[in-house]
Amino acid sequence: MAKRIEVKDLDIYYDKFLAVQGVSMTIQPRSVTALIGPSGCGKSTFLRTLNRMHELVPNARVDGKIFMDDDDLYGPGVDPVNVRRQIGMVFQRPNPFPTMSIYDNVAAGLKLNNKRMRRSEMDDVVERALRSANLWEEVKDRLGKPGSGLSGGQQQRLCIARAIAVQPDVLLMDEPCSALDPISTQAIEDLMLELKEKYTIVIVTHNMQQAARVSDMTGFFNLQGVGKPGELVEIDETTKIFSTPSKKATEDYISGRFG
Amino acid sequence: MPTPTTSQRPESDLYTPLSGVPLTAGQLPRGAAPLTLLVVALAALGLWQFADWSAAACAVLGALVYTLLIYVWSRAVEGSRKATDRFVTAVVTCAFLLALLPLISVVFTVLSHGLARFDTEFFSYSMRGVVGEGGGAYHAIMGTLIITALATLISVPVGMLSAIYLVEYGRGRLAKAITFFVDVMTGIPSIVAGLFAYALFALIFGPGVRMGIMGAVALSVLMIPVVVRSTEEMLKLVPNELREASYALAVPKWRTITKVVLPTALAGIATGVTLAIARVIGETAPLLITVGITSSDNFNPFDGRMATLSVFSYYEYVNPGVPPQFSLDRAWAAALTLIIIVMVLNLIARLISRLFAPKTRG
Repeated sequence: MAKRIEVKDLDIYYDKFLAVQGVSMTIQPRSVTALIGPSGCGKSTFLRTLNRMHELVPNARVDGKIFMDDDDLYGPGVDPVNVRRQIGMVFQRPNPFPTMSIYDNVAAGLKLNNKRMRRSEMDDVVERALRSANLWEEVKDRLGKPGSGLSGGQQQRLCIARAIAVQPDVLLMDEPCSALDPISTQAIEDLMLELKEKYTIVIVTHNMQQAARVSDMTGFFNLQGVGKPGELVEIDETTKIFSTPSKKATEDYISGRFG
Repeated sequence: MPTPTTSQRPESDLYTPLSGVPLTAGQLPRGAAPLTLLVVALAALGLWQFADWSAAACAVLGALVYTLLIYVWSRAVEGSRKATDRFVTAVVTCAFLLALLPLISVVFTVLSHGLARFDTEFFSYSMRGVVGEGGGAYHAIMGTLIITALATLISVPVGMLSAIYLVEYGRGRLAKAITFFVDVMTGIPSIVAGLFAYALFALIFGPGVRMGIMGAVALSVLMIPVVVRSTEEMLKLVPNELREASYALAVPKWRTITKVVLPTALAGIATGVTLAIARVIGETAPLLITVGITSSDNFNPFDGRMATLSVFSYYEYVNPGVPPQFSLDRAWAAALTLIIIVMVLNLIARLISRLFAPKTRG
């Protein structure tokens, strides 16, 4: 459980357009790493390369290396499906499967992968995932109801439960709270603090207070200019980034003096 | 000395309020438009019935008079903006009513002629040995159902798989070519489909061959593009987020398609397939060439001629016996049956789309 990720000189392309350039960082296990930066600077794109979702876009590709512990994620013969089995993802907009009940949504990762499981085992997995996502008390009496009938915040926690039900090593979150109200956001932030005991968590956020609240490490992405590739300006401990960043651009962005 | 007011400013800028425009305006009395329409429609009906004008002329004249009347009246009372609104509304209403007229006329004609033989004998007897009175279309109804079912069996897998290829896998030239030819196929005349099926089977079994399966092949040529198109549109409607959610759970692509994409789009696909069936079930020309007609029961689509409702109706009409009335009645009853089958299929399509739609509330 909870693996370290090492990124070395990663260039990310959409067809011929270089979207993100030269990213190198180490993501520590059992911690929350936040990625901040202005819109369009490639945070989400970078996040999606970590579980090889990036290549689902036609003609998208990457150069460079990403290691998870000792495995090269982009090595020859690596099956993206197996990568995603170990690195789960939560998206910006809650996206429960509309044809499935709450129960089936949580069990989807197991059922769709055709894992044979006894009903009681499955029940256990679903309950554990929902409890970890702080959703169990709210939905335990209506597990058979459709997942899309829940509120936005509940749907997002359902998606988190769905992602952790398959017990990944790493959990990627792409602006998981941007569509949610402050109370649901609070619930999900608390959840992240609990989950980091067991998982490596990487979160993209536009909310700097959120990054400051939940993360141990913070990476700042920036764009040199319009049409130029995004890049990682610096990554350091969150307390350091938010008090004494070593780069001027970081300080400008964090203090709100950014263009 | 008079106090300066805004109206005395030389040039009006953006901050000049639109003062002086009253908040109230003239209005036509409630129900003015429908009442005018009713009066004009009655007048047109009167002209048709009593002045012996042609029905089409009355309808068009009525539409024009109504549009003009409501526009002028509204312009006089309500002003030009409201009048334009009334005008467009009137044009839309008239266009709808004009489009509805032939439909009502068809239903009325088929009902009035078809009900004469719409009896149990019609649904339980074939035409074997029938000259003149009596006889029925049992063999034709069964033939239509069998051949259409076979056509569905051929076209649904082919059409659905093509659509899945186009939406989920297709890239580049091949996909574009398939889309193009599907569009072309949507427009081919049904007689061409019939000739194609005939030529195909004539190559194998020799000329003059007639089989139910040939009709099914001809119909599926017509049906496949419709199924591909509707399935494609429905698959495109499935949000990409769901596919990504599934991939992020490490679900392989084919399983994502079968377990997430297809179930989400199922209601629309089923509706599209049902409408495609309704589209081909009344085809006459291709069945005339490939299946022919027979007067007795033949429910084996791989052996010889079969009867179908549309061809049955056609033959009863062009080859009536003496006296012709019995044949004509059977033809109309067959047409009525066909219309009812199509109507039931449409109702089923609606039911399916309601039953299979993803539920948001439990």
